[in-house]
Amino acid sequence: MSNGEGAVNVQQASQASAGTKGPGETLFDTNIKPKRRVERKGQILTGACVLFVVVVVATLIYMVCSRGLSTFLSDGVSPASFFLGTTWNPHQASEAGELLVGALPMICGSFAVTLLSCLISLPFALGAAIFVVEISPTFGSGVFRPMVELLTGIPSVVFGLVGLEIVVAWVRGWSGTTGYGILAGSIVLAFMILPTVTSLATDAIAAVPDSYRDGSYGLGCTRWQTIVHVVLPSALPGILTAVIMGMTRAFGEALAVQMVVGNAAQMPRGLVTPAATLTSVLTMSMGNETMGTVYSDVLWSLALVLLAMSLVFILIVHLVGRKGVRANG
Amino acid sequence: MSNESTTGAATPPEDALLATRDVTVDYGNRRALKETSLDFGAGTVTALIGPSGCGKSTYLRSINLMNREIEGCRIGGDVYYHGREVNNDQTDTYDLRKHIGMVFQQPNPFRKSVYENVAFAPRRHGLTDRARLDALVEESLRAAAIWDEVKDKLDNSAYALSGGQQQRLCIARTLAMRPDVVLMDEPCSALDPIATFSIEETIRDMASRGICVVIVTHNMEQAGRVADRTAFFLLGEMVECGPTADVFERPKDQRLEDYLTGRFG
Repeated sequence: MSNGEGAVNVQQASQASAGTKGPGETLFDTNIKPKRRVERKGQILTGACVLFVVVVVATLIYMVCSRGLSTFLSDGVSPASFFLGTTWNPHQASEAGELLVGALPMICGSFAVTLLSCLISLPFALGAAIFVVEISPTFGSGVFRPMVELLTGIPSVVFGLVGLEIVVAWVRGWSGTTGYGILAGSIVLAFMILPTVTSLATDAIAAVPDSYRDGSYGLGCTRWQTIVHVVLPSALPGILTAVIMGMTRAFGEALAVQMVVGNAAQMPRGLVTPAATLTSVLTMSMGNETMGTVYSDVLWSLALVLLAMSLVFILIVHLVGRKGVRANG
Repeated sequence: MSNESTTGAATPPEDALLATRDVTVDYGNRRALKETSLDFGAGTVTALIGPSGCGKSTYLRSINLMNREIEGCRIGGDVYYHGREVNNDQTDTYDLRKHIGMVFQQPNPFRKSVYENVAFAPRRHGLTDRARLDALVEESLRAAAIWDEVKDKLDNSAYALSGGQQQRLCIARTLAMRPDVVLMDEPCSALDPIATFSIEETIRDMASRGICVVIVTHNMEQAGRVADRTAFFLLGEMVECGPTADVFERPKDQRLEDYLTGRFG
């Protein structure tokens, strides 16, 4: 076809569409309009929201970092005496004239209650997740899931109160101590993170494709063998994520822990003696301090440690999640 | 093999390796499969054909009582394996499935190495001796015609294999139990023609070694290529069963003839 013929064809076509309204009439105008300008407004509006969130997060991190680091940069506290010092008494200087701001007792306390609460809650969470996915899905979606969601919504002060009334009293009963301490804190935290860990573990197990289960049953494996050898290994990255999300929550929880942990900033000697965590010291002391004093800076340093640990936890979740995605195809 | 498709006759089979008598399947209140009675002999290949939703897969999954794993599903009637009725409360269905293997529509190897996939069932059923496992894995992979392709990557993930290789790995995984019945649920529907051809060869090979194969397929050419006998299902009912050539060339039932000539629905 030559150029001339092509041009004629186009002309005929445009005449046909603009002119006669035959049986092939289209619903909308076939005359395509130029690009609209309105889309830009939407872009700017939503972009501004993104910017706002970014600025808030960045400001928060900057503030915690700058205040937290000023302990070491301008107040002359050495990082070693902060991270490794075992005496926390910011209002007094030692005989050598150094500030007694050893944060190790609180760091140990925080890690102890976090790990212990995960150890306590994981078996229950995993058992419940296996039951509602593998054994009784109807009960799981009808009764259990809503119940767990309800548990997530209970304010932490309620957990603290119940812990005070029941857990601390129980520990006091058999240990001969006051009952306050890491054990009481861990038990209360275990109940608090149980819904988080359970529902994430349930999701992880439910996400294992049924074709894996079919394959296992088709090979004459029992339900138990299928769960142990096929379902749980496939759900492992998700279960790890559940545990770490639980740890993140346990590590950052302040109020409930503070109510039952005893708040004695000393190196934990046992599970049933009063101790302190990073969060409990912060909530106890922050309101009483004047801005700009060394003591207030040291508290900001504790907050910085909390922030850094949360970032580490979330980083691990991302790494595990990425590995999980690779593992599940 | 001439007295099959005697629907309604609840007489136990004389010598068939596997047989069903008036097997029904209900999902809740809905009957998915009407009374079906068929016999399957050792070393034979039987194809189950019919349009989607006709009950052929449902029937296949009731032979090894797999439907029992689905909540709200009930299997009625009798299933005979080596002359013994197994569709009852006293029979260990897990034990039954050690002898009746199953291959699924989508290749579903476990997220483990090639070796561990094949060794999975023997391990679970108590075989721990490494040398015997090694021999069994090689034997099974050879039987599924995939040994030459994977012998150097036994420790690689099964998911590094192609779709066709994965399906043959699943066949090997099943053969590692040394079953005498293998049920296949549209095993080639996710595969290309070359992989399909290779699986079909494996099916004939299994039958020549005495395994009873029951294969669900929507591909009538495939039924013609591999099956000694073919059963036609429609709307949850087993309509006609006979030697494959008879079923395709001299259909007795009008519904089967309509289906074969495309005048269906």
